[in-house]
Amino acid sequence: MRTFLRSRETGILAALVIVVLITTIKNPSFLFSQDGFRDLLLTPSILVLVAVGQAIVIITRSVDLSVGSVVGLTAYLTGRLFIDVPGIPIIVVFAAGMALGAALGLLNGALVAFGKVPALVITLGTLYAYRGINVLWAGSNRVNASDLPKDFLALGTSALLFVPYLTIIALIVVLVAGWYLRNQRGGRELYAIGSDPDAAQLYGLGVTRRILVAFLLCGALAGLAGVLFAARYGTTNSQTGTGLELQAVGAAVIGGVAIFGGSGTVYGAAIGAVLLLTINRALPILGIPDFWQQAVVGTLIIGAIVLDRVLSLRLSRQLISEREVSA
Amino acid sequence: MTISAPADSRTGTRVYADYGRPFWMRLLLTREMAVIVALILVIVIASLEVRRFGTTTTLGFLLLDVAPILMIALPMTLVIMMGEIDLSVASTLGLSSVLLGILTQAGWPVPVAIVACLVMGLVAGLINGLLVTVVGLPSLAVTIGTLALYRGIAVGLLGTTAVTSFPAFWTGLAQSKFGSTGIPVAMVLVVALIVVFVALLHFTPFGRGIVAIGFSTETAHFSGVHVNRTKVVAFMLTGLIAALAGIYWTFRYGSARGDNAMGLELSVIAAVLLGGVSIFGGKGAIHGVIAGVLLIGVLQSALRLANVSSDVINIITGALLILSVLSPRFLSWFRSLRFRRATPEKQKQ
Repeated sequence: MRTFLRSRETGILAALVIVVLITTIKNPSFLFSQDGFRDLLLTPSILVLVAVGQAIVIITRSVDLSVGSVVGLTAYLTGRLFIDVPGIPIIVVFAAGMALGAALGLLNGALVAFGKVPALVITLGTLYAYRGINVLWAGSNRVNASDLPKDFLALGTSALLFVPYLTIIALIVVLVAGWYLRNQRGGRELYAIGSDPDAAQLYGLGVTRRILVAFLLCGALAGLAGVLFAARYGTTNSQTGTGLELQAVGAAVIGGVAIFGGSGTVYGAAIGAVLLLTINRALPILGIPDFWQQAVVGTLIIGAIVLDRVLSLRLSRQLISEREVSA
Repeated sequence: MTISAPADSRTGTRVYADYGRPFWMRLLLTREMAVIVALILVIVIASLEVRRFGTTTTLGFLLLDVAPILMIALPMTLVIMMGEIDLSVASTLGLSSVLLGILTQAGWPVPVAIVACLVMGLVAGLINGLLVTVVGLPSLAVTIGTLALYRGIAVGLLGTTAVTSFPAFWTGLAQSKFGSTGIPVAMVLVVALIVVFVALLHFTPFGRGIVAIGFSTETAHFSGVHVNRTKVVAFMLTGLIAALAGIYWTFRYGSARGDNAMGLELSVIAAVLLGGVSIFGGKGAIHGVIAGVLLIGVLQSALRLANVSSDVINIITGALLILSVLSPRFLSWFRSLRFRRATPEKQKQ
């Protein structure tokens, strides 16, 4: 109980609950109508997937700015597959989307790991390059909902016992990623690499391989998000997913994933993503034009990192005083 | 276990390779010269191969287009050379544009409104700088926050509306050119800024402080550099110039909108890195950055005139950026290979 109250995720979860509560008091249909409840769960699901991938990369002290472009590419691939290969099984489309995402992520990871260049620069480059490929491929074409099979579109909007499929998928991903990072050797090594890359290398951890895996996972999750984007919105064009990278980084940072690696959880990143998009929908109901959403998000990001800094300073002071007492 | 030669280009191999070469040769081998040579090559090829490229009209539009990126790239160079980054510049530009629109609409005289925008830019930079230094936060996270915050205020103030009525004198100033040369009048401002920033970075204690901080913050601190003060000033300069670019942007397009120059921060950073500034800090020069900005600008304009779809341009920009940061790594790998082959006895010891 105490660890729960003390953990970084609790604060952000409390913020989310408060936002939902206040908005619901103001307008009960925000939560208690069927659409309201559904949208509350459905809207953030895609960003949650991307934010989880981003969190995994940030934990290793890297960053992946190309995720928005990867989402765009896989979303368009999804549409094209349904148009060009009539009757293609939906599961194959999912596999193809994730495979493409994984391949693009692996390329990022390879450039970062072997080039020994900061991920910021590399993924800034691939942000342009992947988007360029997308524009080149899609041109001014767009995929419309009428091009996609009914079953596939239903996947993006319908629900199982009031819980949308998208949310279930996102939840499973969050739980699996969270479990892996917390309990598995590979996951712990990602934290070790993020805390101190040189020490991890000297200790004999497979740093290169782990970084490749982190980027691959991030790409694959962005690919999954792209497929689901097509299912949810039915329409994709060359600009799909633009700007998503900053939202994903923002969600991770708000969720307590330290930008310098080594700390944070994917649960936090996921809650951060939900908070970001819930605020967006809550603002108009609270009487604030949603133009102000970004300003609120910005304040949140800054508030979160300041809080993180204060907490970590307090923790280190506490550790020092404890050491002095025991000595 | 074999220990491979250190890959960093600043280490032994590189120093020995450079030693004893005449000055002009060392100059030619710098990273900045590579960018300048590439720029000249692109200009020559484009003038010969692309119809209508070598005209004053093209030159005029090219310079008008690159002016904001060129302006912001100058202070961004200082920030990146300290090992920091500022992602909020395009948002500051947008906020400045919106503020200018609102103030002129409210009947403020344009010069007063301009001063207000510049002050806003200084404050925006000050906030970034204080959060990075006093609170001690990573600049990447801080400026992702202020990227959203400043843009949010800009979009919040004007919504989807735009202010489009500005005095003809000011819009004319931002769009006009020197007679038939095609060179925009606004380039006077840009050139003045370039002179100021070259002087600032390469010829003042402040500039040496920036390089020192980039090499090692601790060493700089113990050498008497006011680390925090230098960082705050650099961030304020970035905010100031971003606001100035916002004023230029507003008059150039005659429109103040909340979403002006969205995403420009990535173009600026790409150009600075292409110009040879190290993202780790401590290494870079203004002339390289200018060449980097112009290289991207010329390439994009030439490809557009050659009817290459604007989509390929993104791919080329991205690939160029990746190649440019990876090339020193290839070079040092190549050098270490040659070094090892040339001195086999030493390697055995």
